[in-house]
Amino acid sequence: MKEIDIARVARLARLELSVSEIKLFESQVTNILDFIDQLNKVDVAGVEPTSHPHLLSNVFRQDESRPSLDIEEFLKHSPKARGRFFEVPKIIEDKN
Amino acid sequence: MQNLFLKNVVELKEAFRQGQAKPEEALTSLAERKEKLDSRFKAYIEFDPKKAVRPAEADASKPLAGIPIALKDNICVKGQEATCASKILKGFVSPYHATVVEKLLDAGAVIAGRTNMDEFAFGSSCETSCYGPTRNPWDPDRVPGGSSGGSAASVAGDLAFAALGSDTGGSIRQPASFCGVVGLKPTYGRVSRYGLIAFASSLDQIGPLTKTVKDSALILQAIAGHDPKDSTSANVPVPDYTAALSKGVKGLRIGLPKEYFQEGLSAEVARSIGEAVKTFKSLGATTEEISLPHTSYAVSVYYIVAPSEASSNLARFDGVRFGFRKAGVKNLLEMYEKTRGEGFGPEAKRRIILGTFSLSSGYYDAYYLKAMKVRTLIKRDFDEAFKKVDVILTPTAPGVAFKLGEKSNPLEMYLSDIFTIPANLAGVPAISVPCGFSSGLPIGLQLLTKPFDEPTLLGAAQAFEQATEHHKRKPD
Repeated sequence: MKEIDIARVARLARLELSVSEIKLFESQVTNILDFIDQLNKVDVAGVEPTSHPHLLSNVFRQDESRPSLDIEEFLKHSPKARGRFFEVPKIIEDKN
Repeated sequence: MQNLFLKNVVELKEAFRQGQAKPEEALTSLAERKEKLDSRFKAYIEFDPKKAVRPAEADASKPLAGIPIALKDNICVKGQEATCASKILKGFVSPYHATVVEKLLDAGAVIAGRTNMDEFAFGSSCETSCYGPTRNPWDPDRVPGGSSGGSAASVAGDLAFAALGSDTGGSIRQPASFCGVVGLKPTYGRVSRYGLIAFASSLDQIGPLTKTVKDSALILQAIAGHDPKDSTSANVPVPDYTAALSKGVKGLRIGLPKEYFQEGLSAEVARSIGEAVKTFKSLGATTEEISLPHTSYAVSVYYIVAPSEASSNLARFDGVRFGFRKAGVKNLLEMYEKTRGEGFGPEAKRRIILGTFSLSSGYYDAYYLKAMKVRTLIKRDFDEAFKKVDVILTPTAPGVAFKLGEKSNPLEMYLSDIFTIPANLAGVPAISVPCGFSSGLPIGLQLLTKPFDEPTLLGAAQAFEQATEHHKRKPD
């Protein structure tokens, strides 16, 4: 059995979980990771990792300006917007 | 014309050509059918003929002129909601068309209907949708498969002439198998992913779910091709897929990987696949046993790679730009955490946790890096196999459609994709076609070829379909 600190991982993922969710995921994720441990049987010495199915080098294009989509279209369906910007709660705390 | 909804794409085209039906009637016919049946199946999240998107100019000479095509709810259509069946995206209206939408419109098609899916395509049963599950038209007590379960059920129940889905670990092929329709996952990079809301970017691929192989070829023809907006789309010429349908299978070398015919495979599925092998032999193909030795590790590799990529892709859903935001929060961090905590369902949360863990400091090498290395070995298995054979033949799924609620343990659900996952990891194309029935439930046959060899894949599938009757059977 391995120890996995679900609350810590959830904080990294900016994901609020209830106490019961943490408990449930502890057992379920441990169960999944125990299964995945079968990978330890595979000898991967000298094997290069595959992050993508086909050999791809960087794809470049000319750095030319093109018309972009209308900003209003993007803002229209956001949860909260003002003027040309998305609006979010205050980030910087007052100093006093 | 009566019962227009029963037609497949090729038949509908013919009905238009002969003047027996008009494109508007096709939509009306689906709408009536949907009204009558979809309260039972729930294949659609939304089907409103008034919202159908048509090409700028009607041109009857286009290959898909007037053909309505339904889309899985993770494909963006300008001016319409796209939610991935998740609460966190409810209310998000796309400001642009996905490239596949542009291409379908260029080919004359009409975009109509958003089909149900597992939330963010996380699932194999369509049960994780925030709108509730879709049911299998062959037996409403059973799942349609997933994650493109709504697309598969809509085609199987004659609620759509054809639909698009997306396939990350089997999400087109497994529901096609469970619903008795044709499901094609093209080669990775064959179809642009621009406008497909990303799940796992190195695995996702859009493809058609159709009533016949020929319909599948017609739609692939329309949507395939390089797209400058998707750097991972392949700059490889698009061949004539419909011309390839008449290739036949004479002299074709078919490999049967022994790892797919071991314990866990239901006896009925094994029998059906055995019959299919005989059919291919009678058509002039040769068969031989092959080995894909790393098959048993595919599920483990996938459940590291896919959640890792998903946890990264889903980071953008934070309440700032799209859909849902939790109200009444104190600060930015709380807004992120509470929006995500309330907006994502249980399976999405589980995968975000699993992915974040695999990528986290101290575990990256043991999990993510290791999985990427074993992925190389799985890909090599296919490279080696395709030196010996042209096509690989396997069951699509270990069994037929299971009952709603039957697989409550996540790991058990994950294992139901054991035969479809390897194709995504290796990036090869694969198709599921109906090959039999067990107690009235469809069974699917999976064929795979080397990358970009969809002509051989479709040719073999077409030869099988022509030689059998399974695709003609409809649910009661």
